[in-house]
Amino acid sequence: MDRNEIKQFIAKRIGRLLHDGDVVNLGIGLPTMVANYLPEGANIFLQSENGFIMVGPAPLKEDEDMRIVNAGGQCVTILPGGVFFNSATSFGIIRGGHVDMTVLGALQVDEKGNLANWMIPGKMVPGMGGAMDLVTGAKKVTIAMEHTAKGAKKILKECTLPLTAAGQVDYIVTEMGFMEVTKDGIVLREINPEFTVEQVQDATEATLIIPEDIKEMGV
Amino acid sequence: MHMNKEIDINKAVDLIEDGMTIMVGGFLGCGNPHRLIDKLVEKGTKDLTLICNDSSFPDFGVGKLIVNKQIKKLIASHVGTNPETGRQMNAGEMEVILVPQGTLAEQVRAGGAGLGGFLTPTGVGTVVEEGKQKIEIKGIEYLLELPLKADVALIAGEAVDTYGNIVYFGATRNFNELMATAADIVIVEAEEVKQVGELDANDVVTPGIFVTYIVNGGAI
Repeated sequence: MDRNEIKQFIAKRIGRLLHDGDVVNLGIGLPTMVANYLPEGANIFLQSENGFIMVGPAPLKEDEDMRIVNAGGQCVTILPGGVFFNSATSFGIIRGGHVDMTVLGALQVDEKGNLANWMIPGKMVPGMGGAMDLVTGAKKVTIAMEHTAKGAKKILKECTLPLTAAGQVDYIVTEMGFMEVTKDGIVLREINPEFTVEQVQDATEATLIIPEDIKEMGV
Repeated sequence: MHMNKEIDINKAVDLIEDGMTIMVGGFLGCGNPHRLIDKLVEKGTKDLTLICNDSSFPDFGVGKLIVNKQIKKLIASHVGTNPETGRQMNAGEMEVILVPQGTLAEQVRAGGAGLGGFLTPTGVGTVVEEGKQKIEIKGIEYLLELPLKADVALIAGEAVDTYGNIVYFGATRNFNELMATAADIVIVEAEEVKQVGELDANDVVTPGIFVTYIVNGGAI
């Protein structure tokens, strides 16, 4: 798989985690691609933390309106039934547990469900934006990322970068597999048949728990 | 409440003095009061403390105030889209306080609503908790976050009547609606100024009692 195929593969698998009626917040980049793979026939309420629900696709160039942008600042549309609100209401929705799932990228994630995705001291300090609130408040937190960063391991025993939130991650989806963070550690629920369990473990610092009924990661 | 709220954009921006704390509504430029910002850049007012969700882009909205080196201290949730913010931060030219976005919104809301602070679970177990009081309620840890207020708030509205009642459009409400409540002087840049009675009371989001001055942006 090339990088684009990897991203589509991950986004498709995450799409299957969603259910009719879910309120979902998708982060910038790969997580946004999940919007292309929502379950057929399901009503999914996509929330944009800058202040609306029922985010729709990007409009044609000539229909762009700078007053309707997503959390990445790109022009989007609002679907029928959608509603705009202010940032306090938006984060009331997020912190208050009204978001069923948030999907974000990660720099590092560890076996305790800790997530680091907002800064690299001395190098990159973009700010946390809404990520800390989303990870703290959403009912389920799903990490969408490539399994390693140019070979460097990202799924660790313990994060070394400053945390976005402690102990909040539920699922990790990469091109190698679908993982669930449990109190005993990270369980490899599904594996991409292109890889062996040994290859996935070699690309992971945390010790993976391999269930007897491990499934093939299909999309 | 004084009743003649419409003023010239020059007079409006002159209310901002060197060293003041200002709030500016908007999210990555969407809902920034662009004409007021451009005028403030032109005036060159300096040593400002800026409270804004983000520092936008170098050539768009509040980002221009950073590039023009008018900001001494920035309180924001995200600065990654404006490389100049990072440069000034790393060079020690500007102090930057990064705040989780939901906390920032609630700090402004609390400032305008007369609250002494609030408890949030966001930031527990991260660097955000440093120096803050932790309070446990029913077994859950929270951080005590304090309210934010400003000398002047710059707000963007779509249709504004001469009492200052504001109707917003689209995703521009973001921090505008909150900041309109949390400053000593609140200046709204209106796309369109309406006469009293022209707005449907059911559509008004920000009551005019919060607004000090109106600048007719659409006429500029």
